[in-house]
Amino acid sequence: MLGLGPEDWQAIELTLRLCLYTTIILLVIATPIAWWLASGRSAARVVVQAIVALPLVLPPTVLGFYLLIVLGPRGFVGGTLESMGLHHLAFTFEGILVASVLYSMPFAVQPLTEAFNNLGRRPVEVASSLGANLFDRFFTVILPLTRGGFVVAATLTFAHTIGEFGVILMLGGSIPGETKVLSVLIYDHAEAMNYEAAHRLSLMLVIFAFLTLFVVYSITRRFRVAKV
Amino acid sequence: MSLSVRARLQRGSFTLDAAIDLPLEGVTSLFGRSGCGKTTLLRIIAGLEKVRGAEVRFGDRIWQQARHFVPLHKRRIGLVFQEHSLLQHLSVRGNLLYGYKRTPKKLRRLELGEATEMLGISELLDRPIDQLSGGQRQRVSLGRALLTSPELLLLDEPLAALDTQTKREIIPFLSRMAGEAGVPIVLVTHAPDEVERLADQVVFMREGRIDRSETLREALSRPDSPLFADAGAASVLEGVLGRENEHGLKPFGGEGARLWLPDAATVSAGKQTRVRILARDVSLALDDPRRISIQNHLHAVIERIDPPRNGRCVVATRTADGQMLLAEVTPWAIRQLGLEPGTHIYALIKSVALME
Repeated sequence: MLGLGPEDWQAIELTLRLCLYTTIILLVIATPIAWWLASGRSAARVVVQAIVALPLVLPPTVLGFYLLIVLGPRGFVGGTLESMGLHHLAFTFEGILVASVLYSMPFAVQPLTEAFNNLGRRPVEVASSLGANLFDRFFTVILPLTRGGFVVAATLTFAHTIGEFGVILMLGGSIPGETKVLSVLIYDHAEAMNYEAAHRLSLMLVIFAFLTLFVVYSITRRFRVAKV
Repeated sequence: MSLSVRARLQRGSFTLDAAIDLPLEGVTSLFGRSGCGKTTLLRIIAGLEKVRGAEVRFGDRIWQQARHFVPLHKRRIGLVFQEHSLLQHLSVRGNLLYGYKRTPKKLRRLELGEATEMLGISELLDRPIDQLSGGQRQRVSLGRALLTSPELLLLDEPLAALDTQTKREIIPFLSRMAGEAGVPIVLVTHAPDEVERLADQVVFMREGRIDRSETLREALSRPDSPLFADAGAASVLEGVLGRENEHGLKPFGGEGARLWLPDAATVSAGKQTRVRILARDVSLALDDPRRISIQNHLHAVIERIDPPRNGRCVVATRTADGQMLLAEVTPWAIRQLGLEPGTHIYALIKSVALME
């Protein structure tokens, strides 16, 4: 189908799995961070904001390099895992999942912060006065009133994770079915002078990226959520 | 039973330093200019402002003390804010029932039907929020708060964002709530007329401190009362409104101190109510003039004559039914008529002054 080989399909499946897990994990992690960023007053807020935004400006190789050290067999995290009888995370799917979560963090946190800022504190205060506890408030007030922000955050995270290359190459290498995602595969195809295969996958990604942004911007307009 | 609050808070150049016991009955008004800290104090009572070291007790329950802190959703407080605070993703019904559904059955004292009837919003139940007028929104907010069967109602300038007409439409609902719902109310406001119409107790605040806490009666009998800062001295008379006569006027108050009010349509007959009379709308006469267009003449005895301010004296008189009525006259008129404490006079009140 579409002239794609089994290697291509494997990479597509892996990429989608990576993006899906990253998006789910990030929505869970980014929500409290964004809420805190939108409501807090402390100076620590600026520091956290800057840290969250770091992947936007750092070369992916830098992030990948540090992760390789930390998650590798001699690193703090990798070493701890090894001593517990588990495997370290360099060159594994779990490793690039951790990397993706960090790398795509700003794309989840920023739209959510924006959405929470627009929401303001009032609806939450109202819900508290009406007897709703924290979880109740989140699911019956915050989520329905900021769902545009959540859709944008999820879409951007998903799409941005597809485009990840440098970090994965540094940390994950190119192991089929484990770390060889689409962007890496395209690189491999091009290296091997297999331009036709590279073309097919590249075009697919262009179309996907365009559709994603199209969806995001229509939602942004509909919900009047600020752009990233 | 009282609500006692002790709090100190420094935020930028603003300092709040308040310690006060509020009675848990009737309407207590926190009154002061904007920026005096009255809303902050209200938010501390609600638990929305977690100020370190603050102490809040509601009757024998401790809401905040040292590290003990009861969150708002467990305090059973009804909150109404100044601006529109309805949940936009819910209909009117959804908003009204949001708190009701979260109130345990055995604690519910009010049903949806009763609340909507009392507030005149039965017709609006299935409307989306953005199709309501400002006044309707505030009434829905009030209903939503009441339907949680709260033990305390906190109203933060609930009328400030409304125009005069809408205000006039809401005030009767507020006074009904205070009377019928039997819930103590704390009302934050900077409008003297709201205090005079609704409050039983007034707490005056200035620059983060509490100046004084007194009954409305006491507050209105001081010539330097902050309530008089804008519109001048005013009196509040309480009484029962009677049935409309053939001239379209309704009698107010008892024998010997009866006033005739035009167009008091919003208050139904037989209800205890208040009227507000600005002192500058009251003239004094030694005899009861017959051939005069002013309809309301009350026999009264002068109790006190305050020293002149801006060329006018406030004369405090006691009506036949024992209520205080203030009149504003010139020092020259006082000399001319020989007015002094103990003088029997007739207070002439322009009917229009009673419309409020």
